[in-house]
This record gives sequence, C-alpha cells and structure tokens, in this order.
Amino acid sequence: MRLIPFLARRRGGKGWHWTDIVTWVWLAAGLVVIFGPALWLLLSSFKTPAQLAEFPLSILPYASQTALVETKGGPKQLPLFTVDLPEGGTAVMAELNRIGIMANMVRPEAPDQVLKVNIDARKPLREMAFATENYTKPLKEFDFGRYLWNSVFVTVAATLITLITNSMAAFALSKYEFRGRNSVMLIIVATLMIPLSVNLVPLYSVVSWLGLLNNLWGVILPTVATPTGVFMLRQYMLTILDELLEAARMDKASEWQIYWRIVLPLTAPALAVLAIFSVVWRWNDFLWPLIVLSRKELFTLQIGLNTFAGKLNVQWQFILAMTVVSIIPVLIVFIFLQRFTTAGIAGTGLK
Amino acid sequence: MLVFTLFVIVPLGINIAYSTTGGTDLFLPARSYVGGDNFGRLLSCADHLTPATCRDDLFWVAVWNTVRFVLLQVVVLVIVAMATALILNSKIRARGFWRAVFFFPVLLSPVVVGLIWKWIFQRQGLLNYVLFQFGADPVNWLNDRAWAFFASVGVSVWAHVGFYALILLAGLQAIPRDIYEAAELDRTSPARVFRRITLPLLWPNLLVVIVLALIRAVQVFDEVYVLTGGGPGTSTMYLTQYIYETGFASVLRNPGVASAASLLMGGVLVVLTLVQLGLTRWRDRK
Repeated sequence: MRLIPFLARRRGGKGWHWTDIVTWVWLAAGLVVIFGPALWLLLSSFKTPAQLAEFPLSILPYASQTALVETKGGPKQLPLFTVDLPEGGTAVMAELNRIGIMANMVRPEAPDQVLKVNIDARKPLREMAFATENYTKPLKEFDFGRYLWNSVFVTVAATLITLITNSMAAFALSKYEFRGRNSVMLIIVATLMIPLSVNLVPLYSVVSWLGLLNNLWGVILPTVATPTGVFMLRQYMLTILDELLEAARMDKASEWQIYWRIVLPLTAPALAVLAIFSVVWRWNDFLWPLIVLSRKELFTLQIGLNTFAGKLNVQWQFILAMTVVSIIPVLIVFIFLQRFTTAGIAGTGLK
Repeated sequence: MLVFTLFVIVPLGINIAYSTTGGTDLFLPARSYVGGDNFGRLLSCADHLTPATCRDDLFWVAVWNTVRFVLLQVVVLVIVAMATALILNSKIRARGFWRAVFFFPVLLSPVVVGLIWKWIFQRQGLLNYVLFQFGADPVNWLNDRAWAFFASVGVSVWAHVGFYALILLAGLQAIPRDIYEAAELDRTSPARVFRRITLPLLWPNLLVVIVLALIRAVQVFDEVYVLTGGGPGTSTMYLTQYIYETGFASVLRNPGVASAASLLMGGVLVVLTLVQLGLTRWRDRK
C-alpha cells in the first residue's frame, strides 16, 4: 500500500499543512456543488416520468426490462421481475396482471403456468436505458423546435449587428477628432449605469411605437447598443497607431476601406471576445424577451422553458431534456472560451 | 448613435414622463398628468418598516425583501468569492481547470440555473434524498417562507460567485510575489500574511467587487423568478419583479407606478455606480 504516501507526497518534500487540507476540501466541495447539479440534470433528463417520480432515487437512468410473451390474448410486451420462488431460489418472470398485492406471473418460456406472487416477493428487473424520447418529443410534437430556431435567429442576428454597429461607433470615437466626441463618450459611459430593469416601461413603449412588439426584431434591436462593447472596442482601437491610417490615406484608401481592411482585422481579438459575450448574453436573455414576446410561436428557448415549467401539470422529463439542449451552445462557448478570455473578463470587468 | 439615442436616452425621458402620468393606457399622449401622485402612492406609509401600513404594501414588501436579500447575498458572495480566489491563487495543480470549474455557472442562463435548482429542491428531489440518507426529515424547500428566501440567496450565490472570484484572482495575481517570499523567509503565519499583506493590497479590488455585487443584487430577478416565482406568497418577491408585474404582468397594469418604482431603484443604482466608478479610478491610480 504505497498509494497513500504517494498521494500525500508533496512537491519540495514538505509535509502537509492545514491550509493544504482546506484547499483540497474547498476544491472538492466546489466541484461537487458546481458540477453535481448540472450532472444531476443530465442524468435526470434521460429518465422516464415513472422513474423521475420514484423515491428513493437512483443515480442512473433505468427502465424496466420487458419480454414478448404469448398470452391467451395474443403476444404482449410484459414487464419482467425477479421473483423469489416459494420452493426457494429465484426466477425471471413476466407480470400478466396485478390484483391488490398479488400478481399473476408467468415464465416467458412457459406462458401457461400462472403463478400467484406477493408483490413484496419480487423485484423489477431493470437495465440502464436512456429515455431519448424526452428529447425528440418536445422538439417534434411541442413547439421546442420553433423556440430553438427563434433563439438561434435572435442570437446570430443580434451578435452580427452588435459587432458591426459597435465597431463602427468605436472606430469613429477613437480615430476621428470631432466636436463633442468627449461628451458622446460620456453619454455612453453614463448609459452603462442605467440597467434594463430600470428602463423597462419606456423601452417597451418605444418598441411598441415602432410596431415591434411580438416581433423577434423587438428583442434584437434594443440589445445591440451595448455600451460595454463600444467602450471595450474603443479602448482596443486606441492602441492602433494613427500612422497606419495616415499611410493608408496616402495610398488613397477610402475611409470605409480603412475601417474594413485595416482597423477591423487589427481589432479581431477584441471583436472575438465581444462576439462570445454577445452570444452568451443573447442566448441567455430572459426578462426582455419575456416582456416583448407574448405569442407562443415567437418564444425563445428560455421563455419557452419558463412557460413550460410554470404550467399546472409540470412535465419535468421534457423540461429537463430541453434545459440540457439549451446548455449545449453555452457549453461550446465555455470550452472555446477557456483558452483566451479568463484573464480578459477579469481585466475589463465585463458583464 | 441613433440606436443609442433611441434606446437609452429617449427612454429615460419617457420614463420620467410615465412616472408623472396616470391611468392604464400605454400610449403616452393618452395619459393624464398626475404630478407626483405615483411617487406619493409608493412612498406614503404610516410606518415604513411594516409594509401593511403602506398605501402600496407590495412595493414595500419588495423593498424589504430586496434589502434582506442584498445584505445576505453580498456578504456570502464576497466571502465565498474571496476564499475561492485565495485558494485558486495558492500553489495548486491544474489551476486553469479549477478556475474554469468555478466560472462555469456564470455562463448558464438564469432560466437554466432556476430550473436546475428547482429540480433539486423538489419535495422528492436530490437534496431531500441526501437528507433522507442521513436520516433527516425532508424539507419543503420552496414552499417554506424562510427556506425559499435562503434558497434564492444560495442559488444566486452559486450562479455568480465564479465571476467575482475571477476578478479577485486577477487582483491577487497582481500582488508582487517577492513580498510573499520575504514573508516566508520571516516565517510569518498564513493568517498574518493574509491580514497584513493580502488584504491591504487587495482592498481596492475588493471594494470594486463589493459595489459591483451590490449593484447586481439590487436588480435580482430572473433566476429567482424561475426558481420560486416570488413565492411562497410574496416572500421572495424582489424589486424588479414588482416593477415587471406592476407594469406588464398583472391585469391592472400600471405603467406609471412601475416607472416611478424603477426610477427610485435607478436612483439607488446610479449612486452605487458613481461610487463604483470613483473606486475604479482610485484603484487604477494606485
């Protein structure tokens, strides 16, 4: 048993200190508390409604095994059980029917010999099974396919428009001298201070005046003017040397060409960060779409999930599965993001 | 710029216009001027500490719920974020991995966060099952006033702690290593190192984090709304939900009162944000 000394060995040959124990307990607890719920969601999403309702819980998704049995009324799929036989030993038997606490059971290979069994003397025979219909059914039969599409549309359109408008504004604010430039910058910083929750009523009335209520564009447009984005891009563009632009002007490049072919490519890292954030923000948006969209066919995934979960007869198996679906894009971003933004987020104080 | 004016500046003006007009009509010209009536309705109270004595009792229920929430959530959040940042900053293996683990919930949508936890808090959910394994009685987490409040605090800490831990971690990494090496040579105890070196040098960052957490906690809405819907009763109804329901969701919607309430909340937020901007400047100068 060299395992424990090996695990306990530390770099530098020093012994354990209480801070090491605290560190590992904290990290282990963090892992459980953070990924535990997410993992539980994933496992639960593959369970059948019957299994979701049972208590005590089982960790993995199971389903009852069934067998095709020749009954008097023709062949039937019947659930299988392990039965403690009265003469001792056990046997795998299928249940024909159940009356009170007694069940009529038969051996699948000999369907004529019916045995009465107390239900306490048997255990359901189960195997691991993934209830994939939790995923396929809402996407096909309910509106979740539609919601998914709406979410993708809003996210992609809002992100593209955000990148274009914000980079243009940032370009103007960093590379041109014009009167009132500083006051414009001040206004933008000031708008950083006013969160959506404060501006709900007026924003709603502006959108309704534009006729964009119950329209996906009503969700997209108010979100594209992200002061954070303009601010971040401007700070980045300030680092681009003006001489570069001057050289391009000498070569008779138009201002549009300068923006499109010089400034934008040089801002690519900042644009990538903004794009990632925009995707996560728009995909996860809740309060604003909740207010603007009241027609069911326009719901985004988040609103659809909330509405579905708020119904009287909550169908958890579908909610759990669709929640998993809604995490997938964020998970992709998460893996992609790992590389280069963890330092960046902390630096800009974004979000 | 047009978009900015349209969606940020103009709304602020309209907000004020709404807050001084009455009626249920959303069309602004059709609304009658009522002056400070909306504010009066919100603010008039025999005793501000007991919402039942107020003209708009729901508003004050929301205010005091929010105050309780903010106080508890920010304290817990900052302590947990601080501990996490300190541990991530110590000599551990695979730091990038652990950093990612704690950051993961930040990317999840509030709806997802709310639903994941709602599922765990179910009467026959995972949490009660764990209790059951230890022989404890099941708790009706989201149907009990006190537990629902603590659940809303816990869930929002869970969802946001990674973000603040990351900011604090960046602050910790900016502290020069040689100070710690000197302390190690002097055999200073870890607690003393923390109190005399880490805390003073991290203080500017910590202040920014506290104010940022305050600003966001005041606006708490989505994940709690999905988790509890504000209930049971009104025990987890916070200010943003009050504004949303007064302005949009209830049958007797009243945009004027919602506007007035949002302006009051906005005032608090602007003060907090100015404090934050000042602190950020101060930090960056240091």
